[in-house]
Amino acid sequence: MDLNLSPDEIKFRDELRTWLSAHAPTDWDERREESMESRFEYLKRWQRKLYEGGWAGISWPKEYGGRGASLMEQVIFWQEMALAQAPPLANVLGLGIIGPTIIAFGTEAQKKRHLAKILSAEEIWCQGFSEPDAGSDLANVRCEARLDGDHYVVNGQKVWNSYGWAAHWCELVVRTDPNVPKHKGLTVLLVDMKTPGVEVRPLRQMTGETEFNELFFHDVRIPVTNVVGKVNEGWGVAMGTLMHERGTFGAGLQITYRRNMERLIDLAKTTERNGRPASEDPVIRQKLAQCYAEIEIMRCNQMRAFSRINATGVPGPEGSIQKIFWSELNQRFQQVAQEVMGPYGQLEAGDDHAIDNGMWAYGYLRSRGNTIEAGTSEIQRNIIGHFVLGLPKSY
Amino acid sequence: MQFGLSESQQILKDTAHKFFAGESPVAAVRKAMETETAYDAALWTKLAEQGFTGIIAPEEFGGMGLGKVELILLMEEAGYALLPGPFFSTVALAGTVIDACGSPEQKKKYLERIAAGQARATVALVESAGSWDTQGLKISSAGNKLTGTKLFVTDAAVADFIVVVARDGVFVADAKAPGLHIEPMKGMDLARKIYSVEFKDTPAEALGNPRGLAGALNVATAGLCAEMTGGMQRTLELTVAYAKTRKQFGKPIGIFQAVQHLCADMYLETESSRSATYYAAWALEENTPDAAASVSVAKMYASDAARNVGNRGIQVHGGMGFTWENDIHLYYRRAKASETMLGDATFHRERIARRIIDEASSGNKKERPRQAALASR
Ligand SMILES: Cc1cc2nc3c(=O)[nH]c(=O)nc-3n(C[C@H](O)[C@H](O)[C@H](O)COP(=O)(O)OP(=O)(O)OC[C@H]3O[C@@H](n4cnc5c(N)ncnc54)[C@H](O)[C@@H]3O)c2cc1C
Repeated sequence: MDLNLSPDEIKFRDELRTWLSAHAPTDWDERREESMESRFEYLKRWQRKLYEGGWAGISWPKEYGGRGASLMEQVIFWQEMALAQAPPLANVLGLGIIGPTIIAFGTEAQKKRHLAKILSAEEIWCQGFSEPDAGSDLANVRCEARLDGDHYVVNGQKVWNSYGWAAHWCELVVRTDPNVPKHKGLTVLLVDMKTPGVEVRPLRQMTGETEFNELFFHDVRIPVTNVVGKVNEGWGVAMGTLMHERGTFGAGLQITYRRNMERLIDLAKTTERNGRPASEDPVIRQKLAQCYAEIEIMRCNQMRAFSRINATGVPGPEGSIQKIFWSELNQRFQQVAQEVMGPYGQLEAGDDHAIDNGMWAYGYLRSRGNTIEAGTSEIQRNIIGHFVLGLPKSY
Repeated sequence: MQFGLSESQQILKDTAHKFFAGESPVAAVRKAMETETAYDAALWTKLAEQGFTGIIAPEEFGGMGLGKVELILLMEEAGYALLPGPFFSTVALAGTVIDACGSPEQKKKYLERIAAGQARATVALVESAGSWDTQGLKISSAGNKLTGTKLFVTDAAVADFIVVVARDGVFVADAKAPGLHIEPMKGMDLARKIYSVEFKDTPAEALGNPRGLAGALNVATAGLCAEMTGGMQRTLELTVAYAKTRKQFGKPIGIFQAVQHLCADMYLETESSRSATYYAAWALEENTPDAAASVSVAKMYASDAARNVGNRGIQVHGGMGFTWENDIHLYYRRAKASETMLGDATFHRERIARRIIDEASSGNKKERPRQAALASR
């Protein structure tokens, strides 16, 4: 065990640090008043800057625009981004889960066509997995694709599609063979969102925003060259995507978590509780310390997991603990934030008295989605029970 | 950067695992815990032969001179086996304090005997207030003589000498010194006995560098976290094995999600304790700026997790988990005792709070207007 950086890693870190101190924007916090769309444009510009500086896709192959470094450098990247209090990146799903899927399963042509544009945020990606009747039971997907010459013709519906409103491309799971057991007739397609017949309908979520969407497909023609992996072997491809979503995706979150933690400590110092700053209240102190410790442990768990993946090559089912950890931690954290702020915590954007323009009210509500998206906490615990601990399958 | 064990570290861990499984199986643990001291002299000799009693003592004092990560790997396996007796007290606690606070002569005198397996020792710190906070201690020396009572002293009855933390220094008293009186306390951990130790004008030797104490206690705490992690691992394994074999409604109970999810949470908390503990050991070894905080992070988490893991483990075992015969309560008992030892979760959260709230300058960001009201305080 050696968490010291190797000479190469030190060089990497120092270069990155220098670059970040010169280029990382410092005004992200001040954008809270702006619309979701304009904030997203800001993050796209930021990601573009990182890409042009050579800092996007740290562990992605060089020939496709990545840096060709190891996963450990990827870990260092997130830590440095967090330290620099840099804004998060725009193309979250493209970078975190879809790019890695294309790298693992895609054709040479697909890699050439897509990877660099994911890194530069020129093309934003979304994930079209869930359907009204295929949520936790993802293999139940009904959205169908029929072969017609050198195209698949897609018909059906997807739901809870994050970033659908901003996306240029979608990783879509479709049924290509209805006559075999449900896991065996699925295929993954890369779908250009501008293809005729694709319709995006915003879904308003409990936060009031329309961050996710419904997708409808009416006779959408997708070239067969857009199949990822093999036809009818889409389950394996989708699982690869989900392993990344569960196992490695959380690493980028420490940027946000640490930033939120520091902000909350500042707020606790300037919020009164029983005639003194909340930060001097023993109960609040206990709760803040607990959150801090859990964020640290999330980081340690991730470092350990990345080291393991670095050695074995692929994320495994034990990644489910990362997913449970970051999602449930954020829910606990948001509740502590509410306790620090008292009645002010409920105030949403636009209220004159709202703290940080309602960011905390939003964060509190948004965190309920954390234990649902990317596989519910119950499903993650099923995965650990069966695939990690070897308990019999419950269904 | 590599957050996994090196080959030699893995070998050490595997060796320790096999050694404890062979030399201290649970039947032996039960036998030891029925004795007054839980100390088995024959086992101690074997621990010394393995070099375990000198695992982190410097080579010049007869130790193996290994690092903190190696220490915690050994402690993790000791915890897995619920090793009875004074190993933790002697090696991780007293040995570490003497190594950090003793002069070279004192190390020769005390540490060398520990490393060679010739002496057992412990640390007496807590007083009637029940706190591990060294600030509030009452006992102080008068002309190198100690008077007063220490409580919750682990393994005192088999110690050859006792390291005493007093208000004005760190001392070593011979267990046979005049005025020193040891009484058993009836603690929950049957495999690690605790005692009250009374001093009446007891002569004691002051250690040369008492400032080393805080660092040494951090190392011991990381060792304890590792031992707790090992206990959690064993509790998890016992529970999963039981869930696979115990049948109700014609099926193994592990098929029921209510049971699976208890096991999944046990796994999550065990692994998270391990990550935090390994990180803390590494941070101590490298003396990183966050080393002390990372120890508190680990102990805070492990204190709660060890209890939670035990709670769930007993629940999954049903009535069987409530019996004396089942081993799970032995681990549960130790988890409870270890929870408060060297500071419970509340204690360590306050330590973290001091660091992240009181010490941290909120300086890295621009002054925000709404902070102005209180900023002048
Ligand atoms: C904010 C947000 C963003 C999302 N973004 C996307 C996206 O971009 N792309 C995408 O494809 N999907 C996305 N999703 C969808 C998400 O993956 C699904 O909501 C999730 O997998 C659960 O499916 P469901 O909603 O159909 O709930 P259901 O599967 O109906 O689950 C309902 C409840 O039953 C429980 N349950 C179901 N099956 C089991 C079982 N076998 N054992 C135990 N409990 C069970 C669940 O845990 C849950 O508590 C998003 C969801 C949210 C909330």
